[in-house]
Amino acid sequence: MTKRSGSKALTWMALSSVVFAAPALADESAKLVVNDEIEMITETDAPAHLDGALGTIRSGWTFRTSETQVLQMDDFDNPGMIFVDQALDQWNTVEGSAGKSCASCHDDVESSMAGVRAVYPKWNEEAEEVRTLVMQINDCRENQMGAEPLKYTSGKMTAMEALISVQSRGMPVDVAIDGPAQSTWERGKDIYYTRFGQLDLSCANCHEDNYDNMIRADHLSQGQINGFPVYRLKNTKLNNAHARFKGCIRDTRAETFKPGSDEFVALELYVASRGNGLSVEAPSVRN
Amino acid sequence: MQLKKLTVAAMLIAGAAAANEIAPADVVFTEDGAIEASLSGSPGVAENAPEIMNKGAGNCIACHQVTALSDIPFHGEVGPSLDGAGSRWTEAELRGLVANAKMTFEGSMMPSFYKIDGFTRPGDAYTGKAAKLPLDPLLTAQQVEDVVAFLMTLKDQ
Repeated sequence: MTKRSGSKALTWMALSSVVFAAPALADESAKLVVNDEIEMITETDAPAHLDGALGTIRSGWTFRTSETQVLQMDDFDNPGMIFVDQALDQWNTVEGSAGKSCASCHDDVESSMAGVRAVYPKWNEEAEEVRTLVMQINDCRENQMGAEPLKYTSGKMTAMEALISVQSRGMPVDVAIDGPAQSTWERGKDIYYTRFGQLDLSCANCHEDNYDNMIRADHLSQGQINGFPVYRLKNTKLNNAHARFKGCIRDTRAETFKPGSDEFVALELYVASRGNGLSVEAPSVRN
Repeated sequence: MQLKKLTVAAMLIAGAAAANEIAPADVVFTEDGAIEASLSGSPGVAENAPEIMNKGAGNCIACHQVTALSDIPFHGEVGPSLDGAGSRWTEAELRGLVANAKMTFEGSMMPSFYKIDGFTRPGDAYTGKAAKLPLDPLLTAQQVEDVVAFLMTLKDQ
């Protein structure tokens, strides 16, 4: 494969058209440092539980063009940060019958939420279930604030997920897959390797067996979710993992699972665990 | 009356065409995964293939590079190049590969283009909703024949 490098001095408008028109390949040796400060691990040894299915794990950032990569290197260039700012206002907004905001219990998001994203999805002892960050946010809204739950893939929810996630940027993903989470993890693994739909494709067909290959104009990545929620140039908004899972399964000509379903919770735990060791990047920027 | 006769005649002709077509469930594969008989009962038309092999129908070039189709952008790298396919395979073997490659290569990632059952959670095209059964095959019998006819023209240089 040949490598192409493009001018970084393009305007936003021109940039968008380049991203859609040319499947230029990524600069795989590039290093991701955000704001000249946060050094990201974008490539590292695969976790032991992958049993050699992958030798090294790579962030989706390493598969993108240099034009897309650079957007994530400075928060002023990262369109996802606009939504993080909006969620910060939300964090301090009182909602619901209890007259509380997120801040009423959790104070400063920067200190209280540091490290949280890195270990989610996570077993919740009281509820006796594996919970995603979205589920935990809605549990807080319903049971602590007396507020309405947010729709799983809504803009408000995804922004809140991004605000909490950004407090863990640069920390390695470290989700637990053993103990009480193990059966959920195994269910997720089963789904990962199941071939769905009339195209009869599993997650693994593209993201384990064919990463780095072109499928039409798309450069297939390992499908890592350490960068979620992700700002996609394609739809110009933040997307959470379940929204992406839904899109992927839909594209196998299958009946998808619903965001927030037991199946997608299990799949999120499993896919997150495949990225144990990569840095939390949210909000990442992809095409 | 005249109109009714015409309608009946048209139906008979349509019925005759369908009678020669082999339904997806009735396809007979050889031990090696080839299909000897034309699925439509008619010869393929190679000139129709480029459109079928582009996005919207078969989208073969999403995964395969084909030099003869280089005017269509963005050929994939997931499957092998199809250049020379007509020298490597017989017509019956190519028909089997397009209809259901898993009968030739067990576990192949390639979708089966003339198969309508045995799927997990089949959907209604790309809507994400449950399929209305029975499914239509991804390509019609004649489209498979057209693609096979085109592949047979891809000879080693």
